[in-house]
Amino acid sequence: MASLALPARYRSSSVWVLYALGLLPGLYAFYQGVFGDLGADPVRTFEHLLGLWTLRFLCLGLAVTPIRDLFGVNLIAYRRALGLIAFYYVLAHFAVYLTLDRALVFSSILGDLLKRPYIMLGMAGLVMLTPLALTSNRWSIRKLGSRWNTLHKLAYPILLVAILHFVLSRKSLTLEPAFYIAVVTVLLGYRLVRPKLMERRRSRRAAASR
Amino acid sequence: MPAYRPPRIPASEITPQSLYLSRRGFIAGAAAGMALTGASGALAAPIATTPSTYKVNDKLTPKKDVTTYNNFYEFGVNKADPAQNSGDFKPTPWAITVGGMVAKPQVIDMEKIMAEIPMEERVYRMRCVEAWSMVIPWVGFPISAILDRVEPLGSAKYVAFETVVRPEQMPGQRGFFQALPWPYVEGLRLDEARHPLAILATGVYGETLPNQNGAPIRLVTPWKYGFKGIKSIVKITLTDKQPPSTWNISAPNEYGFYANVNPKVDHPRWSQATERRIGEGSGLFGGRTVDTLPFNGYGDEVASLYAGMDLKKFY
Repeated sequence: MASLALPARYRSSSVWVLYALGLLPGLYAFYQGVFGDLGADPVRTFEHLLGLWTLRFLCLGLAVTPIRDLFGVNLIAYRRALGLIAFYYVLAHFAVYLTLDRALVFSSILGDLLKRPYIMLGMAGLVMLTPLALTSNRWSIRKLGSRWNTLHKLAYPILLVAILHFVLSRKSLTLEPAFYIAVVTVLLGYRLVRPKLMERRRSRRAAASR
Repeated sequence: MPAYRPPRIPASEITPQSLYLSRRGFIAGAAAGMALTGASGALAAPIATTPSTYKVNDKLTPKKDVTTYNNFYEFGVNKADPAQNSGDFKPTPWAITVGGMVAKPQVIDMEKIMAEIPMEERVYRMRCVEAWSMVIPWVGFPISAILDRVEPLGSAKYVAFETVVRPEQMPGQRGFFQALPWPYVEGLRLDEARHPLAILATGVYGETLPNQNGAPIRLVTPWKYGFKGIKSIVKITLTDKQPPSTWNISAPNEYGFYANVNPKVDHPRWSQATERRIGEGSGLFGGRTVDTLPFNGYGDEVASLYAGMDLKKFY
């Protein structure tokens, strides 16, 4: 397979570069927030930005396979980092919600959780993403074997609840959420057609080699 | 309710002392402003006001926040968009067509309004349906001043308002994906519109409205959610049927016609029990969340308008 990925000897350092670049927007926003540079409603802005970067990295993580299938570019070496960066963003997003947004008032947090579908969906996403982050090490992959693959299929429902959480938290459907709905639809829709696509490709290859 | 005494001196004859004393600074500031803005956009001009008893004692939201954190979808859906994208908007000249069930329908020129109707400063709380709030020193006048000129017929029960449609000056009104149907429309019951707290604002912070705040004239009903405050009004129509309102058309189960601030009636997707006060402290850790009050704290004045109504049903 043609690969545009870096030679192996640069790969591990490039992963660390990805972590650094990936977390930079969140760190920069935190810096802006501390120095009063995040506009009139800094808490809301920061909270939303962390959520949005979670969604972006989830999308990027789920784009690795279609990019490999369709364009022959193999970025699998970066997928764990993409997923973990999404996880770090969602942890920060959740922490800001608990502290700066809800000020640790648990009655209001519990009220939100029991009454608001978009909060439930967000929480469900966090709950599902946590075991994926915890099993993202080599030991778990080896230990879980094929069950690891099954477990990590949770990435699909996670992306689904993430986009619903995002859209439902808005006052109305505007261009930005519409864009992410389109991206998520393509990424998840691809999974539905992928088995057929792969099947056709395999039979074509088999025919060619005959 | 504080006793309401109509001002007797025409506003046009009054120069506030503070303004008089700072006239040199103003001239210098105006010159600097002209240099900055160049030819585009209208300059904020000071408006002479008479004092009003309608002042809340809360700390004012800084002018910077009032003029850069706005919902005005005609200029874009993000909070900073209206301030950034409204530079091409021309609020002068301007006229409002007032008609419908009235004895004297007429087109009222904005200059005439500014010259003939006394302007008051009203410091009001503003509660957005998105659970944030501000405290804003508006300049404006009771809607009654307009209604009296056109003489509503006995059959008129509602007042409908309409925002200007100018896709060439309002980027949010053009393009393939528009957030709302235009024109933005809103309405009040006639008795709500007649309430002395309901004003048409022509300024904020002592100056004419910036484009992003609804220049040159907008509605302010402080006991209702902010989306009732229709901006850049070109048409006022008296009618006997409840007029349509944009957000109600867009999502009827989420935004009602009345839209009275009510901590006990949640938005279907989020709580309305508390609100974040914009512009208090600076940065991430200075914010303040306060309890939302029924009718945004104006219950003593306006609750009687809704006596006997189920406010959970008429949200």
